[in-house]
Amino acid sequence: MMRMRTLTQFFGFFFLRTCALFVVLILALLLGHIWQKGSGSLSWEFLSAAPRQGMTAGGIFPAILGTLCVTCIAAVLGMPLGIGCAIYLNEYAADTALTRVIRISIRNLSGVPSIVYGLFGVVLFVQLFKFGTSILSAGCTLGLMTLPWTITASEEALKNVPMAYREGALALGATKWQAIRTNVLPYALGGMITGTILSLSRVAGETAPILFTGAAFFLPELPKSVFDQFMALPYHLYIMSTQHHAVAKVRPLAYGTALVLIGLILALNLAAIILRARLRTMKKE
Amino acid sequence: MKHAEAVKKYRARKIEERFFHSLFFINGILVIVVLAGIFAILLKTAAPAFREIDLREFFFTVHWDPAGYEKESYGIIAMLVSTFLVTLGALAIAIPIGIGAAAYLCDVAGPRVREIAKPLIEVLAAIPSVVLGFIGIVVVNPMLAKFFRQPNGLNAVNGSILLAIMALPTIISITEDALVSVPRSFEQASLALGATKWQTIIRVKIPAALSGIIAACMLGMGRAIGETMTVLMATGCAPALPTSYLHAVRTMTATIAIELGEVPYYSTHYYGLFAIGLTLFIITFMINLVADLVLHNFQKMQR
Repeated sequence: MMRMRTLTQFFGFFFLRTCALFVVLILALLLGHIWQKGSGSLSWEFLSAAPRQGMTAGGIFPAILGTLCVTCIAAVLGMPLGIGCAIYLNEYAADTALTRVIRISIRNLSGVPSIVYGLFGVVLFVQLFKFGTSILSAGCTLGLMTLPWTITASEEALKNVPMAYREGALALGATKWQAIRTNVLPYALGGMITGTILSLSRVAGETAPILFTGAAFFLPELPKSVFDQFMALPYHLYIMSTQHHAVAKVRPLAYGTALVLIGLILALNLAAIILRARLRTMKKE
Repeated sequence: MKHAEAVKKYRARKIEERFFHSLFFINGILVIVVLAGIFAILLKTAAPAFREIDLREFFFTVHWDPAGYEKESYGIIAMLVSTFLVTLGALAIAIPIGIGAAAYLCDVAGPRVREIAKPLIEVLAAIPSVVLGFIGIVVVNPMLAKFFRQPNGLNAVNGSILLAIMALPTIISITEDALVSVPRSFEQASLALGATKWQTIIRVKIPAALSGIIAACMLGMGRAIGETMTVLMATGCAPALPTSYLHAVRTMTATIAIELGEVPYYSTHYYGLFAIGLTLFIITFMINLVADLVLHNFQKMQR
């Protein structure tokens, strides 16, 4: 009886361990495969030149630039709005029906399919605001997508600021806004920036929302203003692996693009993790 | 004079205070406005479609062929079935593995393993869907073709495997939260009665965390239904009613992604694609809302 039970436990734990190992293994295989096949096409020319000869040669510089541009616009739009919403929820709002609806909306926004954001962007930014299919339209669409994550992370950062900081300022006669500006925001800003970087890393790799709001198949010139169309890394990868007329021939370039995209996103993640660790040690001191 | 100045200053401060309060209030409301705005815009743009397409045709006929030679047809059954086929396949893979991995991280793994594994799972969540779609084409595709002896492996199974990978991080992290929040006393009572650690996990902790786990699976399902790029690239995109997992399928998201780039603005076809988007939005909204309520009740109960 006793042995039976320990045997079951042994196999049970073995199963659980296999599940966890499996997940980590998938990640390792995925990254390993792309590194192995993609590192060969990495070169200074690949990173700094435009595609040539019908995208069968040359580099991906316009796509890298395009992705950086839309990500910046997403940050400019998403960060202040996300932080503002978090300040309202954590500093001003009481626990009313309204705040509960706001919280449900935030959680639900993070579950809205990315292609639906794309449809929304087409109607709102491309047509209604007359931005056209452009960097600005795509950036704004991605900026809205970052909101739920930025808000959640910013609120977390605000919660970590001790109540006494606020009370100290208020006791000296500061208004609420003065207390927030001088005694809360400086301490929460690091956490807020970390959260924003993480949410940007998620939207930088999104394809569906920029598909119809501004990403272009191929552009002979770099975009001159935010009202121009652009090339983007994820869209470029999609084209190189499915839409190109010589898919097999450009496979190495597709691997290279995938590697650069993953590298960019992991770099953003790493930056956020390092920043978070820094903040934690600073707080301890 | 001095008194008047002080009053002035006081008033200015009060105005400033009120200004910032309303500014942040408006900013807070913005989230609701965005969500409602998405719904309203989809509804408004999809409305003309329902003036021109019969509702019964839209929801109850199989074929979607807006450029049909003899007759245009606007039915979403084939893509609805495709979407659910791929999603259910993904859940069948992701739920057991996800719960197993979460239980391992929560109850079996040591703190060091946990510290390494958790960021790795976050990294998995950060992999862009287009990269997974690419992996579907270059890795999973030849593997499936060989295994099932098919000419190619771009079919529903391929999509299911990739969506399972996408849903795993969501399922693992929320399930783990649910398992962690089960009160220690449950575990201690079970162990004190002589149960093994394994019995405690299976018969006490998982049942106690069940509603949280169900919510985790639903959120994973919501993610899988709404995913676009992976299914667009890896499922073959044949717009027919699938009868097996080895068929190429075309989901709702893939249909929008393929066709919206080609249709002229303000045509029936264009409005029809928004009608698909609206249907998709309502389905995922419902799933997320129910999951949210279940999770909220679970957390309240634990407290």
